[in-house]
Amino acid sequence: MSKTLRTPAGGSVNRVKTIKFSFDGKTYQGLEGDTLASALLANGIRVMGRSFKYHRARGVLGAGSEEPNALVAVRRDKARIAPNLRATQVELYDGLVAESQNRWPSLNFDVGAVLSLLSPFIPAGFYYKTFMWPKSAWDKLYEPNIRAAAGLGHAPTEADPDSYLNRFAHCEVLIIGAGPAGLAAALAASEGGERVILVDEQCELGGSLLSATDAVIDGQSGRAWRDAVVAKLAANPKVTLMTRANAFGYFAHNMIGVAERLSEHQASPAKGAPRERLWQIRAREVVLATGAIERPLVFPDNDRPGIILADSARTYLNRYGVLPGKRVVVATGHDEAYRAALDLHKAGVTIAAIADARPNPKGPLVEAARAAGLPIKTGYAITGTKGTLGVAEARLSPILGAGRVGPPEIVACDSVLMSGGFTPSVHLFSQSRGKVVWDETLETYLPGASAEAERSAGACRGQFGLAKALADGFAAGSDAARLTVKRDFVVQATEGDPKGVVGALPHDRGNGAKAFIDWQNDVTTKDLKLAVREGFQSIEHIKRYTTTGMATDQGKTSNLNALGVISDALDRPIPQIGLTTFRMPYTPVTFGVLAGMARGDLFDPVRTTPIHDWAVEQGAVFEDVSLWKRARFFPQGREDMEAAVRRECLAVRSHCGIFDASTLGKIEVVGPDAAEFMNRFYINAWTKLGVGKCRYGIVCREDGFVTDDGVVGRMSQDRFHVTTTTGGAPRVLAMMEDYLQTEWPDLDVWLTSTTEQFAVIALQGPKARDILSGLVEGIDLSPEALAHMSLVEGKICGVPTRLFRVSFTGELGFEINVPSQHGRKVWEAIWAAGQPHGLVPYGTETMHVLRAEKGFIIVGQETDGTATPDDVGLTWAVGKAKPDYVGKRSLARPAMAAPDRKQLVGLLTKDPHIVLEEGAQVVLTPGQKAPMALVGHVTSSYHSAVLGRSIALAMVSGGRARIGETVYIPMPGSDIAVDVTSPVFYDPEGVRVNG
Amino acid sequence: MLLITCPHCGPRPELEFTHGGEAHIARPENPAAMNAEDWTEYLYMRANPKGLHAERWRHLHGCARFFNALRDTTTDQFVATYATGQPRPDLKGAGQ
Repeated sequence: MSKTLRTPAGGSVNRVKTIKFSFDGKTYQGLEGDTLASALLANGIRVMGRSFKYHRARGVLGAGSEEPNALVAVRRDKARIAPNLRATQVELYDGLVAESQNRWPSLNFDVGAVLSLLSPFIPAGFYYKTFMWPKSAWDKLYEPNIRAAAGLGHAPTEADPDSYLNRFAHCEVLIIGAGPAGLAAALAASEGGERVILVDEQCELGGSLLSATDAVIDGQSGRAWRDAVVAKLAANPKVTLMTRANAFGYFAHNMIGVAERLSEHQASPAKGAPRERLWQIRAREVVLATGAIERPLVFPDNDRPGIILADSARTYLNRYGVLPGKRVVVATGHDEAYRAALDLHKAGVTIAAIADARPNPKGPLVEAARAAGLPIKTGYAITGTKGTLGVAEARLSPILGAGRVGPPEIVACDSVLMSGGFTPSVHLFSQSRGKVVWDETLETYLPGASAEAERSAGACRGQFGLAKALADGFAAGSDAARLTVKRDFVVQATEGDPKGVVGALPHDRGNGAKAFIDWQNDVTTKDLKLAVREGFQSIEHIKRYTTTGMATDQGKTSNLNALGVISDALDRPIPQIGLTTFRMPYTPVTFGVLAGMARGDLFDPVRTTPIHDWAVEQGAVFEDVSLWKRARFFPQGREDMEAAVRRECLAVRSHCGIFDASTLGKIEVVGPDAAEFMNRFYINAWTKLGVGKCRYGIVCREDGFVTDDGVVGRMSQDRFHVTTTTGGAPRVLAMMEDYLQTEWPDLDVWLTSTTEQFAVIALQGPKARDILSGLVEGIDLSPEALAHMSLVEGKICGVPTRLFRVSFTGELGFEINVPSQHGRKVWEAIWAAGQPHGLVPYGTETMHVLRAEKGFIIVGQETDGTATPDDVGLTWAVGKAKPDYVGKRSLARPAMAAPDRKQLVGLLTKDPHIVLEEGAQVVLTPGQKAPMALVGHVTSSYHSAVLGRSIALAMVSGGRARIGETVYIPMPGSDIAVDVTSPVFYDPEGVRVNG
Repeated sequence: MLLITCPHCGPRPELEFTHGGEAHIARPENPAAMNAEDWTEYLYMRANPKGLHAERWRHLHGCARFFNALRDTTTDQFVATYATGQPRPDLKGAGQ
């Protein structure tokens, strides 16, 4: 074969601008305007990929997003490798580096191709049947090897350095597909002055007009008409045109996801230029003008490189100036292939034969081919091809009927064009939940009743031919824009019969022949027939068993033929078989464009406190608590966490510690009915809580289980300062709002989140009062004036404060609330004042140990959504005299008082050095074999520095009655003996809060 | 992403809303007086209709108000949204 298949003229490629690129390490030249596929074809490169299962050599089949074979990886550098791109959609740029996939060591010599010889042993469902046993071999042997052999492309090993954008857009009319129907729809829709968006997956608008040769619209060539329409639309400020935009998903309520390629096609994108953009377009009305995809013919050896779809061959010729070969056999069951044959004939290609499976094709295209003297064989099926890494001859057999064929003729050729007709692209319609209906005349599925405000137009709803597409598109655009505009397009184009053939052609090649249905997943007619023989009836089951239509191309070229073959095998008409649901994405999209900006630091919002920077400067180690960054510990020198926590704990107990509690959730509950609201919402009683006093509050859900806790201070008769857990603040506020708005709208109460408004500095330890005393104004810190669980308003360091005397450590403690903007200043002042007193900063880890030493629970650690207040020892908090509160009725259920409920207890290991694993189970007797009789689990476990031993909290069935007993923690190798104790390990009398 | 019409603010994307479960389930006036069966019914039993479903939404990132909606569970189309406290609209055959 000649090295170049480029025509001397024609097409819309730029003949004077050559482009260098490489494919599998070899350098080639293409032209500006080429795709990778057209440039490779022009260079005589046939093999562009290896198939998924059998590793068969494959050439390009189509010319657009339907391409199942020519999947390549495009590499810019180590971090920029995009796998599984369709070479038909990769726009050529100078220096483009592309590599084929699924082959080793090379595309033309692939060791994996031996699988093709083994194919009689790899039928449909092979994996399910073969790798069943032994079960243990699946993880280690079968799955890794299957994945290595069957992988489709490789992900880059480095982080993606590019940026991706995300935008929302709104419009009255969104038109998807900019072929003749889409352009006509845009013309009509834009006449009303409303916002119109027209998106198309290609780099240019125009669809089939980009490769039309003889069509004349309103006196202009198809291409010239397209140029004029695009110019008119572009000049309209209300119209947005988007190219390289893959409308991949149709979401509820007319939200369309569109992935737009921004710099993928550029030789050297500007530094920092975004690579892709995700559009979420909300449209009042949608026009689907998604066209139709040509169906391959199903015949033995139909996957040999050089066999391509007829209309794609026309595209290569008319748009890119590339010939599929020099001597071509056309196999068809549809008139459009004659148009391709005529165009190629005019370009000087020898048409060796046209084998038409139909007995008596007629119509203007067939007549034109006859008039041009092309050798037409009617009633002929192609029954095979031969050639090494390409096609060298075609086998043509007369169809005798009843599935039989006569003696074949061998025709030499270097390419085969095929066409079974066109399948309307109903993918997006199906995604929108619209139901497709079978059209008996066209023998295809068409859009039925709409589920969303959308309509299909043109070929995607079976309106084939240029004149029909334009008229249908214009009417759809007018309708979508709620206009009544009319326009008659004067079209001169030769149109054929829209009906084609579905399913497999007859052949005499026996059982060994491979007639492919699904190129990408290597599914043949044999696989489908086998599935039916094995008893599969439902198309959904056959699809999953054989994987037909399940590849990244979503069965664009294969679905209807698969139905045809299954219909024959089941002897049931296609509409009784149904159609599988089309899944998004229409064409694969990158993870990058879906992630957009949500990566790295922007993956999730990060919340930091006003004291955060100070902690960073002190070398704190942070942990994530919901969205917050919290200082976990403050290592000194080379301390590890254990050493730092031990030192911090002892410092708090002996001197004083300072702790950033700003992340505590805070809600201001205000209004004449504030106390009544609190009474109804919390389990505690609030009416008698005096102004200036605090109380530890507990929230249950209506089912009686603890959901949050926190100290609540009464600022005035009608104002409560509520605190919640760090992670629970939004949930508690939402729950409060729910009851206030929907159950108790009679209450006059306002709720305001003040979490971010206050910085909270916890000062805990015997020296706390001494440190604070020089900093406050108008505040009496004496125990008489400010007792434990009380609060006062005044000033500290010159700024207003709500100063609480509370303790989550068991020590004398204060929590100083100041406006956030003053948080760091006040913190630093306290820090300076504390230096003579041995003040240390401590983090959340020390906070956890100190509270565990006191048996204070953490909601979500001791509780798990199934613990009642009594389970965690908080019965004392319940306002028993209250007639009602959230959860009260559920707590009255007998089961809530069952003696075997899990209850909070302490555990002390017999060996004080052993620190239990949190989450470990509790059993009553040692030496049990699984399944053991589990009676509880460890919820918190630490080394306590002040006690010089380990401590643990646990939820144990009937736990309080077991205090004093020995129970066991089963661990690999041994059972750890522990004593059940009170959960309060340190200062059980509670004298230390008094300083 | 659903497009939800807040009765107070107008149509807004689903991102701004939280779902609040089935609507028109009032908390009993006197839970303490209820027997276990009735309390269980109130607390746990919820409708799961194929078709129109009255449900609560909250326009959390907007006016922050709860409201009710009638949504067809087979199509996800909303046929009505209305303020909390309003009765369920009588829309026989709507949403079909």
